[in-house]
Amino acid sequence: MAEAAAPLLRAQKDVAEHDPTSEIMELQMGPSHPATHGTIKFNLTLDGEKILNCAVEIGYLHRGFEKMCEQRTWNHCIPYTDRLNYASPLINNVAFALTAEQLLDVEVPERCQYIRVIMSEISRITDHLTCLGMAATEAGAISVGFYLMESRETLYDLVTAVTGARLTVSYARVGGVTHDLPHDFAERVRAAFADMRRILSDCDKLLSKNRIFIDRMSGVGAISTEDAISYSLTGPLLRATGIPYDVRKAQPYSGYDRYEFDIPTGTQGDNYDRFSVRFEEIRQSMRIIEQALNGIPSGPIRIDDPQITLPEKKQVYGNIEGLMNHFKLVIEGVKIPPGEAFLSVEGANGELGFYLVSDGSGRPYRVRVRPPCFFGMAALGEMLRGCLISDIITTFGMVNMIGGECDR
Amino acid sequence: MIDFLITFSLTLLMVLMVLNLGGLLLWVERKGSAVLQDRIGANRAAVFGKLPFNLGIVNTLVADPIKLFTKEDFVPPGADKLLHTLAPAIGLVPLLVTFIVIPFGDVLIIGGREITLQAANLNIGILYVLAMVSLSVYGVVLGGWASNNRWALLGGIRGSAQMISYEIPLGLALIGVVLAFGSLDLQEITRAQGALIGGWIPAWGIVYQPVAFLIFLAAGIAESKRIPFDLPEAESELISGYFTEYSGAKQAMFMLGDFVEAIIVAGLITTLFFGGWQIPFLLRDGFHFPWGGTLALPSLLVTLLQVGAFTLKVLFFCWLQIMIRWTLPRFRYDQLISLGWKILLPLALANVMLTALIILLFE
Repeated sequence: MAEAAAPLLRAQKDVAEHDPTSEIMELQMGPSHPATHGTIKFNLTLDGEKILNCAVEIGYLHRGFEKMCEQRTWNHCIPYTDRLNYASPLINNVAFALTAEQLLDVEVPERCQYIRVIMSEISRITDHLTCLGMAATEAGAISVGFYLMESRETLYDLVTAVTGARLTVSYARVGGVTHDLPHDFAERVRAAFADMRRILSDCDKLLSKNRIFIDRMSGVGAISTEDAISYSLTGPLLRATGIPYDVRKAQPYSGYDRYEFDIPTGTQGDNYDRFSVRFEEIRQSMRIIEQALNGIPSGPIRIDDPQITLPEKKQVYGNIEGLMNHFKLVIEGVKIPPGEAFLSVEGANGELGFYLVSDGSGRPYRVRVRPPCFFGMAALGEMLRGCLISDIITTFGMVNMIGGECDR
Repeated sequence: MIDFLITFSLTLLMVLMVLNLGGLLLWVERKGSAVLQDRIGANRAAVFGKLPFNLGIVNTLVADPIKLFTKEDFVPPGADKLLHTLAPAIGLVPLLVTFIVIPFGDVLIIGGREITLQAANLNIGILYVLAMVSLSVYGVVLGGWASNNRWALLGGIRGSAQMISYEIPLGLALIGVVLAFGSLDLQEITRAQGALIGGWIPAWGIVYQPVAFLIFLAAGIAESKRIPFDLPEAESELISGYFTEYSGAKQAMFMLGDFVEAIIVAGLITTLFFGGWQIPFLLRDGFHFPWGGTLALPSLLVTLLQVGAFTLKVLFFCWLQIMIRWTLPRFRYDQLISLGWKILLPLALANVMLTALIILLFE
């Protein structure tokens, strides 16, 4: 993109010799800038405050996730997936486990499916709350940001109660999940949701109906439906342009077809629509969780197959077969038959896909992630052309790049 | 000689009051925002060991200044050293001396001598205020320009455009008040607000000039560069705007300048629209209630009540500005400029016209 702007720059520089007001300023925003969270750099070409060109530079958080996974057994990859989208780690966990299960051609017990749906939706809410809270804070409404963070904290308490960690949850396993839900989980969720509904209605009044905020967001960073599709945008970015595409409805997994929920869509494809879509998705996720909690059956939380899941601790410490089973699974990993599989789930930012190749050795032969915000970042330069510096912050906030996921 | 001493001590008192109030506002801002956001806020530093509760006073009034004043004073390479050093002072000093024309009481009678509680009794007080507030723009512009940093430059440009644009509605709002009270002298204006309309309603500026009050509040917050008008600083956009390259005591001066400006806006709103030191029905010899009762008070007590009333009103408007700062999101540059020129300016002009017309018709 920098090359594309070069002739333009030269031409402008020629003019600038005669007229200082038309001088072009180049400005590097980031990687260490208050608004470039997730570590990213914008190479800006500015005319005053107006953006002539914005070249987005990603990759500052590259850790070699895909290569690392090849060195570990299938279940050892789960903690790595926590670090992809660290605002909603449970969805990544579940997506990886689901893809591996597709390779194994098995299906987890019903209770496990319910638990995965509940935890994924809680994660979706925490992700959206993070995104909206940061957007509010960066737009200057710092208190609203704190309110949203506070309500996220009540959800993190729930996540901690189930998984033992706030962020590095590592909760899903190939063939199940690690722990069952605590006995009082349903009541705790209801209490947290009552609290959250109050905070959301506060934020509705303070932010989404605030004239200054609406003016800041609407009409900014807009992208047409055609462009959104050609950039292969998914998630709130695509739904804001009016296309009701949601993997949970299009290709239901984990029994998402059991639940009743709506797909909120926008009309303009601008930042305000993205904001509203995310805001409404929080409510829809709460609906799903409540339905799931009402319908959750009792039963096992993992597949009962010694080839796939770890034996009970009683077996491990009690007899030699159990101990050996445990040892073999931990050291050698689940032996997944050779083959390849791609499965996508609806992540908080869009379609999160895992492409896994197995050679039957207990370790992945190849892991590839389709991170939703990578495509959003590709489109960001296009969204920002002709906007002002302030619009970078709101648009970047609504694309919601998560460095761990985008740079992998 | 004694006149000089009185003026000198009054001036010193005003400057010290403003400086201390600025420090106090830092505490209100940090601890008040914490209350607003369900946080604990500053509570680490304590002098006498652990207290059962910590209001963060040591933190904000002792530890913060010590930290700021002992930090490295950094001048970026390529910066204009002289202007970089001068800019915070140019920004702060005109603001500190603005307060001397604002009356904080009627008269203090000591030993038969009547002392007007106003450090400088200028008969063009309002013009003086406008002139001084305008001068502080130079601090922002020079700070942004001398830093040799593009973020600072953008902040400086935003600051100059914003402060110059909003000074016009600010001045026009004041003209409405000047027309209503027929004076440029702030003490005269305050005294005029002691009258009663229909024997009941105090003749405060807000009653005559409600529109001017709203314009003045908006333009005043814009002048003090605080959210929703904090574009020159805009920490999520321009890092720290015009004082990105400042550290230590110089940065503290810029920050204090914003607080002082907030105090000036509060002081002017109090003086022009909310009766200054006036308490309804309180005259120099005591309360005269409209329902007939009177309550005689000694002169010293009346003076103290007036000073107290003025202080309370100023604190209220400082608090109001801090609440606004922590509630609203910020404008965008183009929206800010169009609000100033397309909405506030015509509104202020219409207000002046209407006020003039009414005065012409009824007098």
